[in-house]
Amino acid sequence: MPMANCEGEKKSMGTSNAEMCLEGSPEKAREEHVIRARSGWQPVHFRELWYYRGVLYIMAWRDIKLRYRQTVLGGAWAVLQPLLAMLIFTVFFGRVGRFQSGDTPYAIFAYAGLLPWTFFSNAVTLSSNSLLGNQALVSKVYFPRLFIPLGAIGALLLDLLVGLGLAFVLLFYYHRPLYLTLLLLPFFMVAAVGASAGVGLVLAALNVRYRDVKYVVPFLVQMGMFVTPIIYPVNVAPAWTRPILALNPMTGVVLGFRYALLGEGMDWALTAGSLAVALVLFVGSVFLFRRMEVEFGDVI
Amino acid sequence: MKPVIEVEGLSKRYYRGRAGNSNSTLREALMNVFTAGRGRPEGQAPSQSSEFWALREIGFSVREGEVVGVIGSNGAGKSTLLKVLSRITEPTAGTVTLRGRMASLLEVGTGFHPELTGRENIFLNGTILGMSRQEIARKFDEIVAFAEIGDFLDTPVKHYSSGMYVRLAFAVSANLAPDILVVDEVLAVGDVSFQKKCLGKMSEVSSQGRTVLFVSHNMAAVENLCQRGIVLRQGRLVFDGAAKDAIQSYLSGISAGASGVTHRINLQGPGQRQRHYTEILREMQLLDGSGTPLTAPLSMGQPMQLAIDAHFARPVRDVEIGVGFDSIFGQRLVTYTTALDANWPGGNFTGAHRFLCRIPELPLTAGEYRLKVFARTSGVVLDAVENACQLQVVESDMFGTGNQPYGAFAGRSSWRLAVPEDADHLELLNG
Repeated sequence: MPMANCEGEKKSMGTSNAEMCLEGSPEKAREEHVIRARSGWQPVHFRELWYYRGVLYIMAWRDIKLRYRQTVLGGAWAVLQPLLAMLIFTVFFGRVGRFQSGDTPYAIFAYAGLLPWTFFSNAVTLSSNSLLGNQALVSKVYFPRLFIPLGAIGALLLDLLVGLGLAFVLLFYYHRPLYLTLLLLPFFMVAAVGASAGVGLVLAALNVRYRDVKYVVPFLVQMGMFVTPIIYPVNVAPAWTRPILALNPMTGVVLGFRYALLGEGMDWALTAGSLAVALVLFVGSVFLFRRMEVEFGDVI
Repeated sequence: MKPVIEVEGLSKRYYRGRAGNSNSTLREALMNVFTAGRGRPEGQAPSQSSEFWALREIGFSVREGEVVGVIGSNGAGKSTLLKVLSRITEPTAGTVTLRGRMASLLEVGTGFHPELTGRENIFLNGTILGMSRQEIARKFDEIVAFAEIGDFLDTPVKHYSSGMYVRLAFAVSANLAPDILVVDEVLAVGDVSFQKKCLGKMSEVSSQGRTVLFVSHNMAAVENLCQRGIVLRQGRLVFDGAAKDAIQSYLSGISAGASGVTHRINLQGPGQRQRHYTEILREMQLLDGSGTPLTAPLSMGQPMQLAIDAHFARPVRDVEIGVGFDSIFGQRLVTYTTALDANWPGGNFTGAHRFLCRIPELPLTAGEYRLKVFARTSGVVLDAVENACQLQVVESDMFGTGNQPYGAFAGRSSWRLAVPEDADHLELLNG
């Protein structure tokens, strides 16, 4: 059976028009909207996304407001999550496992990798559950569904920034200089969002129909930790693992964060490959999401 | 001018017993991947019987400023229609053209979060419903005033009473300023005075030239609010016209569907009455105020007539014919008899006669009632048929206020404020 879809054709949409509607001006330009059955791959309506941008903002804002409400430590959790992970890994791998992190203290070496990884794992976990967690919205009101998982990811950017603040404290504590490579950090943060969305959007869409996803995500995140050079330097990984690392969308982000924060030597080939994978994954996931979106209202 | 809503050939198919239309479990999906090359086994083809059409070839258009009620019994397709119009679900076939900014209220407080404060929820809910931040900020005071939440503005809504919650939710929705407003049953919530306020707000919206599509089970609200009504039955549009006629069409549809509802009730035959009664009562007809057969439930507060055919085998003096209305629990609520009519001439009867009873306003609220018919002479029961038939009374806007009475009876009253001239009388009462 053909999947139904709805196509929004908006003429003269935007805030100014909304304002006119509000005043009830008789000669306002009417937006025309056609809803019809369609199936298959859908284009991305950037105009519509722009029109509804306030929803993306409010979804992220709501998640931020709610995340640490009724917790004793509140926003401190944003710092504590990567910090505690760092302490654990420093004790186990830095001391016991004896990973060689060059002349960089293992603690900040691990922290620089854990920072984007914590973002990624939280982003994937939260975004993959976001549609189910907002069933009431999906079944009662229309706005671009992409904004539900993207809002969940957007809310985590604040945690990332807070965690970044701690990174600078650590750098200061270990008397590390700041490198010019720091200017590349925003780029790698965008890449982190792209990689998280690339995985999160697909899982969110699949989760609507296949609740199996809920059980898969924790494994995926746990496994990802080991196939990403977070707690070990990339040069200790055996040569045969390089294709796996290159196919992992987070490898480039982790290496990039380390490069930007610690000025470490950079494996550009591996990073470029991994970032390309992240980009393809992101674009692909948006289209897959758009394709599956047409049945959310019926299935959820 | 082009219509604001144009619906053409709109159909929506669902599959029974399955979510959506394809593989509903991952295992099934994986199995299909493996079996795809070999083709589907015969038995697995989607069977025709499992599909059903929630909407079938619906077509109508709505002009600017019209307020249209969509009515139909449960499962008639009302909600599906609204969901398609609101872009929550996609049609299987057909098109909908909307001209103007649309907002749909399938429930009040969409997206409300219990942990967030009233203030925060106003912004959250408003944005999700399509308002810009500036718009919400500008209307903020109006929303708070309408909701009457005052001091609780910065309290999480989980601590609100349900009344406050609903008021706040509706207040945000009511201050939306769309060209087209689609509303589903939101008036079913809240206390009576608040419902009244909502109705007022909605008629205000429509008087500003906005188009409203209103789905409700509350016939009084539909009658009060809408000029036009659309009736859906089993996914098809069966009536489109004036709201009053639409309600009538809907009600007659219900009773036609109900088993054996007829206006002509046979009172003859064994088993209808106790053995020792003489068979005098033969037939009763239920008629509406104008004397046409009542094939639909009676609207509350409407006049009705009864025609009772009786046959007296031998002359009977001082005949009293009557009918009683019992609740379904068997409690007598009201009795109408010839003995209670000052203008009834009385008399002695032989042979066949038809007694016509006119009830100017049945004072019963919506519900099911049982009718008992009897014939007496000077207090002695000659014939009686218990449970002759059931009568369904349905809600209507009998007071012209959109409000429904509570209790068993629907009584009229008029109200005013006391003025000084009333003082003597009041003192008299107190004294």
